[in-house]
Amino acid sequence: MKAAAEPARVESQPAITAEIARIAADYQGKDEPQPLLDYPPYRSSRLRHPKSALVCVDPHEVERWAPCFGSRDVNPVDADLTAGHPGEPIGERIIVTGQVLDATGRPVAGQLVEIWQANAAGRYHHQLDQHPAPIDPNFTGVGRCLTEPDGTYRFLTIKPGPYPWRNHQNAWRPAHIHFSVFGTAFTQRLITQMYFPGDPLFGLDPIYQSIVDPVARQRLIASYDHDVTQPEYATGYRWDIVVAGSRRIWTEQNADDG
Amino acid sequence: MAELACTPGQTVGPYLHLGLPFAGDNQLVGDAHAGAIRLHGTVYDGAGDAVPDALVEISQPGPDGRLVRREGSLQRKEGAFTGWGRCATDAAGHYSFRTLTPGAPAGGAAFFAVVVFARGLLNRLFTRAYLPGSDLDADRLLRALDASRQHTLICSAENGGYRFDLHLQGANETVFLAYRGDAE
Repeated sequence: MKAAAEPARVESQPAITAEIARIAADYQGKDEPQPLLDYPPYRSSRLRHPKSALVCVDPHEVERWAPCFGSRDVNPVDADLTAGHPGEPIGERIIVTGQVLDATGRPVAGQLVEIWQANAAGRYHHQLDQHPAPIDPNFTGVGRCLTEPDGTYRFLTIKPGPYPWRNHQNAWRPAHIHFSVFGTAFTQRLITQMYFPGDPLFGLDPIYQSIVDPVARQRLIASYDHDVTQPEYATGYRWDIVVAGSRRIWTEQNADDG
Repeated sequence: MAELACTPGQTVGPYLHLGLPFAGDNQLVGDAHAGAIRLHGTVYDGAGDAVPDALVEISQPGPDGRLVRREGSLQRKEGAFTGWGRCATDAAGHYSFRTLTPGAPAGGAAFFAVVVFARGLLNRLFTRAYLPGSDLDADRLLRALDASRQHTLICSAENGGYRFDLHLQGANETVFLAYRGDAE
């Protein structure tokens, strides 16, 4: 497997941590709210980032609209990752909810949110994940839902465990849930990862640290919310998602598409 | 109105196949649909190796140049065209869509809007796949580009459709886009 063939040289965690610190020092105080695409501590990024700058363009009409999804596309039970198997999954049952908003604060209504994640033991239900942690026969780790009119999404799931990977020696990812989000425009498409508060692995993880602005990267951390928690059933986490720009702004500017 | 800070992206990771592909995701129309074409290509890294863990999504108008604002992209009934599709690359880094030829917008050149995700790629990349023979000289983006890079945005015509390779890095690195008006 290609994934297992990288990296060519296996660094220690202290060496990776030092690389992370050097880059953080270089970018201190600079406005970099998105991950650096060229981020050597994440070894797999070396050959997978463009070296030329992105070219700035006015979005065309097709880029100012997002695909429409509806009740025909998404079954409400898909938002319950603890269901659909003969038994209950093992682990800490959690509710993850929040709003999808655009940068002006308007809710993104009726849009698709997709998630995937490891099980409570940190094992993905995926053939490429062969590390010796148990598969849970009652947990696949995939869900989707449509946002409510106020932009709210909500999933019932199991808190994922941290998992090891091969970026460097003794590399572990902080526990996370992958999120795929659509805005109201193609330009707002976002795939990211939601993390849990207080994870001891944050400082060691080159994927999380690729967002060099410490304030920006905290936007990926959910908050524990006791109002979301349900008695004797599940603890609750809240995480709002803000997608870039908004179609309304472009429309008001009457953008010239030429 | 105060601008909210955008949520940063992160890589789609190695287990994208768990969460994102779905049955028929790359079939924007049924195989019996009149005018069905294939749009396909390979995603390459900076060493020229294929990227087997990438995901490509396209958005496009219909052949008349108009957008179809219709739900049903995840559960296409009778192959109803919605103008959106998704395809994970295979072991050879290859993706393929069965779709319709996008029509040109008024006063512009016809293209597929493309977004690519991959393990090792820390945030999504946007680009455009223009149709050859379309009114490319009229297109502001193409006109503004260095001539040596224009070809990276233009599909090659072939029997039954178009080929569009994506190079994340390297001599033929695809031109990737940032949209004006983004808060980023």
